[in-house]
Amino acid sequence: MSDTPVLALRGISKRFGAVQALTDVQLEIRPGEVVALVGDNGAGKSTLVKVIAGVGPADDGEIRWEGRQVQVHDPQDAQQLGIATVYQDLSLCENLDVVGNLYLGRELRRFGVLNEVGMERRSRELLDTLSIRIPSVRVPVASLSGGQRQTVAIARSLLGEPKVVILDEPTAALGVEQTAQVLDLVERLRERGLGVILISHNMADVKAVADRVAVLRLGRNNGVFDVRATSQEEIVAAITGATDNAVTRRQARSVEAGA
Amino acid sequence: MTTITPQATKDAPPGQGAVGGSRTLLSFVGGQNLSLIGALAVVLALFGILNENYLSVSNMQVIAEAATITGLLAVVQTVVIICGGLDISVGSQVGVASVVSAMVFTSTGDNALLGVAVAVGVGVLVGVLNGLVIVYGRVNPTIATLAGLAAYKGLAQLLSDGRAQGYVLNDDIFVFLGRGKVAGIPAMVWILIAVAVAVHLLLTRTDIGRNIYAIGGNDTAARLAGININKYLVAVYALIGVVAAIAGILLTARTGSGQPTSGSEGLELKAITAAALGGCALRGGKGGIGGTLLAVALLGCLENGLTVEGINSFWQNVAQGALLVIAVVIQQRRSGERAVGLPT
Repeated sequence: MSDTPVLALRGISKRFGAVQALTDVQLEIRPGEVVALVGDNGAGKSTLVKVIAGVGPADDGEIRWEGRQVQVHDPQDAQQLGIATVYQDLSLCENLDVVGNLYLGRELRRFGVLNEVGMERRSRELLDTLSIRIPSVRVPVASLSGGQRQTVAIARSLLGEPKVVILDEPTAALGVEQTAQVLDLVERLRERGLGVILISHNMADVKAVADRVAVLRLGRNNGVFDVRATSQEEIVAAITGATDNAVTRRQARSVEAGA
Repeated sequence: MTTITPQATKDAPPGQGAVGGSRTLLSFVGGQNLSLIGALAVVLALFGILNENYLSVSNMQVIAEAATITGLLAVVQTVVIICGGLDISVGSQVGVASVVSAMVFTSTGDNALLGVAVAVGVGVLVGVLNGLVIVYGRVNPTIATLAGLAAYKGLAQLLSDGRAQGYVLNDDIFVFLGRGKVAGIPAMVWILIAVAVAVHLLLTRTDIGRNIYAIGGNDTAARLAGININKYLVAVYALIGVVAAIAGILLTARTGSGQPTSGSEGLELKAITAAALGGCALRGGKGGIGGTLLAVALLGCLENGLTVEGINSFWQNVAQGALLVIAVVIQQRRSGERAVGLPT
């Protein structure tokens, strides 16, 4: 694990009218690291993801990419930097086949027409290297299981050779077996040296694959924990605010400074 | 709904998979088209038995010519329906183009090319206007083009003072478009073939076509994939404008003068019926040119057969409306939509 964060957010604030959605939020992601972003409903997880993905830029604060300050105004900016986002339920066209979805918006062409053979070959290679098993890359996505769809959506985000992948609730609404498939895939992303931001409500998933857990509460940082050194109860306490007192805030700061 | 045969491609070595894939696709598309071919065969056999001239070459040519204008509109209607949109104003757009082409032709001292060019230009403008109203005015496509249906019809009537304008059959170009034949097939039919092949290749062989299917399948996913949906939608409506203008020019060539409403009224119903019968899901993302053309042929043969048998044309309207509803009911049954509340 390298020491310079590939992506660092500092002092991110965002306001929707009278609602202060994010206040002075910090977040760091290093290469080959899975950071779980957790928090209760309305804690600002989605807003923060939208800031990073360029869908809803921040009002205030700075984003550093590999140590350099950058502006992320729209999704194209984020993509060009190397930030890929997999949104829950929103990433795939069910009427297209797996190849069509993987290459959506960046189709390979030869002599001006679609290079179907090339796209299919590279799709197989990509799915093979990620050990994703799908009956055929030519079946419409509508006929795949929820877990298979999620793995296809994640594989798709990798085609642009990103350095940071944001997964928005990748295991929500998945069965036990399918969740395991997706978590396996998250571990393979880490092995490939990618920084992964994993948004999840499921503490078991977070404990299983994350290296660090960043907790948001009411739009503010509420601690960053090392997963191995922290119990599930402590994380839940940080999410619900049971630890929200001067002592724990001081501890959280020292953990964050030491991390 | 879709029949999947994973075995067909699972074990294929890389590189040959696309062949297997297109075979799977073909067998799927074939299922839809097979029933259309069956229905077409029944119609041809039925009217062939009832009337011995029905299957003659000359009557087939009559059917083909009559179906050409509907066919052109059905082809572009297919594209917009795949996007998840709809264009009810195509018939009125044909009327505008017909009037404009004849009036420009007459007023410029019989310059046919100028008449054609101005009509196509007006078609582009009308199409772009439709697209802009829908995308930036946030007007539902059905409502926006319903308004267009009325407005463009009025525009054609205003321009022409409500009657047929100009006479174009003293010009070789219009005579060729309306009456000419190449290799025994009417020139009009060749134009339909050319447009249909071009649109088919666009849909199936280019990234533009792939993106059109994606927009109809899941527009949020398409937008997040970086596809400029607005640009695509406006361009698709502009394409409709161009092809409707070509249809209007052919109408002028066929009738000999610019027609504001005669010959173009009700074309929207035929075009949408053909697209729906041909397998387009009205919620978007599904359909193809092959099925639409088969449906155009089926509708054309049916209409001609009913006319040949002397059946009241009022009944033909009933038959057409019924066919559209039946086609959509079949579509919805296949997609397994539950009968709860308003359909999507």
